[in-house]
Amino acid sequence: MVTLTINGKTVQAAEGTTILDAARSAGISIPTLCFLKDINEIGACRVCVVEVEGCEKLVTACNNKVWEGMVIHTNSPKARESRRNNVELILSQHDSRCAICVRSGHCSLQRIANDLGICSLSFAVQYPKVAWPMQFPLIRDASKCIKCMRCVQVCDKIQGLHIWDVAGTGSRTTVDVSLNRKIKESDCALCGQCITHCPVGALRERDDVQCVLDALADPERITVVQVAPAVRAAWGETFGLSPEFATVRRLVAALRQVGFDYIFDTDFSADLTIMEEGSEFLHKLSNAENETFPLFTSCCPGWVRFVKSQYPDMTDQLSTAKSPQQMFGAVAKTYYAKLLGVDPSRLYCVSIMPCVAKKHECALDVFQDAGAGADVDVVLTTREVGRLIRSEHIDPAGLAEAEFDAPLGVGSGAGVIFGATGGVMEAALRSAYYLVTGRNPDPDSFSAVRGMDGWKEAEFNLAGQNVRVAVASGLGNARRLIEAVRKGKVQYHFVEIMACPGGCAGGGGQPIAEGQELAGARGEVLYGLDKQSDLRFSHENPAVKQCYADFLGEPLSPMAHVLLHTDHHAWRMPGEPEP
Amino acid sequence: MSRLSIITQSRAQATIEELYKDLERRISASPSGLCPVDLASSFLKMCHAQSCGKCVPCRVGLGQLQTLMDAVLDGEGTLETIGLIGKTARNIFYSADCAIGYEAAQMVLKGIEGFRDDFEEHVLRNRCTLELNQPVPCVSQCPAGVDIPGYVALVAEGRCGDAVRLIRKDNPLPCVCGLICEHPCEVRCRRTLMDDPVNIRGLKRFAVETAGEVLLPVPAISTGKRVAVIGGGPGGISAAYYLTLMGHQVTIFEQRKKLGGMLRYGIPNYRLPRQLLDREIEQILSLGIEVKTEVTVGEYPSLTDLRNEYDAIYIAIGAHIDRKMGIEGEDAQGVISAVEMLRGIGDDERPDLTGQDIVVIGGGNVAMDVARSAVRLGAKRVRIVYRRRAVDMMAMPEEVEGAREEGCEVLELCAPLRIEKDTEGRVAALWVRPQIIGPLRNGRPAPRDSAQQDVRLACDRVIVAIGQGIESKAFEKQGVTVKRGVIDALSWSGVNAKDLTGVFAGGDCVTGPATVIRAIAAGKVAAANIDECLGYNHVISVDVKIPKVRLNDTKSCARVNMRQRKPSERIADFDLIECSMTREEASQEARRCLRCDHFGFGILKGGRVDKW
Repeated sequence: MVTLTINGKTVQAAEGTTILDAARSAGISIPTLCFLKDINEIGACRVCVVEVEGCEKLVTACNNKVWEGMVIHTNSPKARESRRNNVELILSQHDSRCAICVRSGHCSLQRIANDLGICSLSFAVQYPKVAWPMQFPLIRDASKCIKCMRCVQVCDKIQGLHIWDVAGTGSRTTVDVSLNRKIKESDCALCGQCITHCPVGALRERDDVQCVLDALADPERITVVQVAPAVRAAWGETFGLSPEFATVRRLVAALRQVGFDYIFDTDFSADLTIMEEGSEFLHKLSNAENETFPLFTSCCPGWVRFVKSQYPDMTDQLSTAKSPQQMFGAVAKTYYAKLLGVDPSRLYCVSIMPCVAKKHECALDVFQDAGAGADVDVVLTTREVGRLIRSEHIDPAGLAEAEFDAPLGVGSGAGVIFGATGGVMEAALRSAYYLVTGRNPDPDSFSAVRGMDGWKEAEFNLAGQNVRVAVASGLGNARRLIEAVRKGKVQYHFVEIMACPGGCAGGGGQPIAEGQELAGARGEVLYGLDKQSDLRFSHENPAVKQCYADFLGEPLSPMAHVLLHTDHHAWRMPGEPEP
Repeated sequence: MSRLSIITQSRAQATIEELYKDLERRISASPSGLCPVDLASSFLKMCHAQSCGKCVPCRVGLGQLQTLMDAVLDGEGTLETIGLIGKTARNIFYSADCAIGYEAAQMVLKGIEGFRDDFEEHVLRNRCTLELNQPVPCVSQCPAGVDIPGYVALVAEGRCGDAVRLIRKDNPLPCVCGLICEHPCEVRCRRTLMDDPVNIRGLKRFAVETAGEVLLPVPAISTGKRVAVIGGGPGGISAAYYLTLMGHQVTIFEQRKKLGGMLRYGIPNYRLPRQLLDREIEQILSLGIEVKTEVTVGEYPSLTDLRNEYDAIYIAIGAHIDRKMGIEGEDAQGVISAVEMLRGIGDDERPDLTGQDIVVIGGGNVAMDVARSAVRLGAKRVRIVYRRRAVDMMAMPEEVEGAREEGCEVLELCAPLRIEKDTEGRVAALWVRPQIIGPLRNGRPAPRDSAQQDVRLACDRVIVAIGQGIESKAFEKQGVTVKRGVIDALSWSGVNAKDLTGVFAGGDCVTGPATVIRAIAAGKVAAANIDECLGYNHVISVDVKIPKVRLNDTKSCARVNMRQRKPSERIADFDLIECSMTREEASQEARRCLRCDHFGFGILKGGRVDKW
């Protein structure tokens, strides 16, 4: 322990504690901007500077350690003036038209500028402009970038894809796609983690809210919306509502007010996914000697982009099952259009996803299996749906809960946990057990794959056969796992991978909470919903059963192959070799 | 009103002079990897500020050039903009009245030629090709990538043993390098921005001397793979060291009686005492490296023999062949090459030069080494003959200075013409043709014959130190490709020949005569890639915790230089001439380090490579 003085207060801190943490533990707040614990401790913005007695120069609190007898003043005239000057310098190169910024109201720079009471700038404003393909799902606005380097670090250290890098030198230093590539030529997985860790509005998803409003305004269009599992655990954050209050039913009520014709649950197609993927897995297992293991899940489009660009030779190990989003679109524009008795081209499928990569997925030419244009017309992230609701001046706090429409609004608890890391695996194992034994297991038998570890493994006995499974979330973990598989250090039968740490709950399209990683807490909400659900097995979902009985036939049937499976080789990532 | 007055510097002028000095230091410590267009544009701005403003091309043109270059940098330029920059710069070069204008334009023209690609990248993709990928100046300049801020911080904490262990992670010869490394790490030391570069080599020497014996790491479990290293110089020893740590069984084949290569057969004892060299080599060999001395790989054993017996081969034969001058009388008795003389000394066969008059030809470190050795061997007079000016010598300035202090005379601007023999065929004199210095070619001035008379330098011996070549014939016969006199190896050390999988080469025999640290770096690279080639991925790391940074102010403090024994005393023996730093000096010097691993870009990227 060392003893030091901060703002006149005697503070005890463990050896190796940063000034920032020591101050926080004493209830003294030092503002930060570029700092992101354990990821970005580079002292670039110089906002957290403090005065240390005996040092002429100011010291950054975020990455310097305390020492015995240190005397610190966090708000001395010198520290305060320098901090303010640095924020003004940042603002001089930042497009501060906050009124038209998606991050207004939860922007770290806006907050620190407001806190410091900066009402005017002493400097000429000169923000850099860099052209960007605005149709790309991920948008970077150089005029807002404050060069905090968080995106670079998150992509390097968490996702291991190194998409971003420091570009240029000297006064023209900025962040750009690494290796002098254009974003469209890059192997970006579109996980969106750079967006959720950007302190300002320099990174965002392409905003598609207007497309939805246009469809809603078109009397010829029948709007069908699906809500992804993980959205229900997070959408209320935008409105400051607790997860207990901001239930998925309240979201349904809001979407009804927005004017959607039919409101459905992606849990339904998550259950379909289990039927297909689970059957595929069992088929593979029964033919083990001729198959290559592991089988990888394919519901995460960020992961699919990753494997196709990083390990193209393993693309064939992806399950051919489409993601729940695309299964939903294909079923909606065939089965449901038939139920409604309308021309499927009148249906406009919107999906609300915690994800940026889904925007790319739905636009792929290969996902037009219903024969009525794109199976899913547009994807809104959880953040965008928040903006859509606000743009309609709806206050969710004043809404009573409402029910999903039938039949595609029926989902099981197994479908709900798709939104958390390990959930797909757990759901698949519940039904696989049933399919093999004809009996339901205890639904919590496979809970060993839950939790926030980046790489989990478990072994289960499926009617006498040992099945080794693994679950990874975050692409850095995915790479470690794959490298181990390739080197023969580990052997699995079935592996679930989600691009975002914690799975979709921590998705790149979820609301942004500065300095907080909420994937774990959101995942808990999803597991809670599963626990409460009367329906905990995908194969028991009555709507799914009905759909097979009336339309699809059975899992892996020819119809299922057309609508629910895909050829991962039918499109290519930048740089992906011909198969 | 007086007709003349004494001009005194105003305060502003004095400050400007000081700023010029700051600027000089700043430029000399400029990091590598910066955008050349941006730098050129910035230099141009300074050039423009130097303009007196009298003439159009300089007063207006330099400003317009800068605007055009800024357009390129801002992505607003086109290929035509680059054309216009060239045209305008040419005009300024041809029509400016004085050097302030035309030299500035020349700089731009050089840039358009020298980094045309980067200009075009800015125009076509609005990007810069350059990347700042190793941000710690000393580490980026060290070929072996030694963790310099790490070990300097350890020295500051008094943890010299840990400092040595940390150095060994990337360089197994800290003792040797502490004495004779050319310390490229100091060239761009950021401390130069404040006062002087940190005396990094001196601190390394201090760490080694203070630490005493530091145990080597324990090698990994044996892989059963066998690697032959041909050449027991610093590169071969380094490769053998790391390969042994990785668990491979290494045999070094050495042509001479003892290991060390140029460390023993090129560098005199007074710079690198044999006893210290032997101790460092012995410690490395104690890891279980097999050594076969006085074996020349060529006819027997041949490369093919070794390939049959070993799983991989590293060729590190160095550059030990002397070069001939090709002048009349070179065959006279008493003409010897520096390589030959130093080789003899390395095997303790010291020629007796008592009372002799010696002329050394050359301007590199080797020339200084033989000249200074000659003094120690009793020569009554030693003259160093060099074609260019003394300031143009390739030898380190302190070596030239040391030679002079020891009584060697430097005869600059003298081109060797012929060697005059006496009736018995012995050297009688060296004739030289006086030179006049000429224009810069590739950055070095080219001399040419002057109108003065040829000069006769009567002498007893001529020692030729004009560079070395490699003995590659035996290897060439066995399929090793040789290009421009050196072995053709790829950046990962593999020999560039189809049928030679598993044969690697590096060091002087690939690059031509270079430095010890480059040979060490080559050995490290080869070890990593041989390990990979053998199907392994052993990691070299060290469990030394780097001390945290000090936030106390870095006040101005000049550099502690190494002191040397008195010239009159040191010329009497071959003992080490450089004195150690005192503890007090080392402590002060180590604290001058600005810790670029923590401050600046190093904390974001590449600040520390823990393992390789």
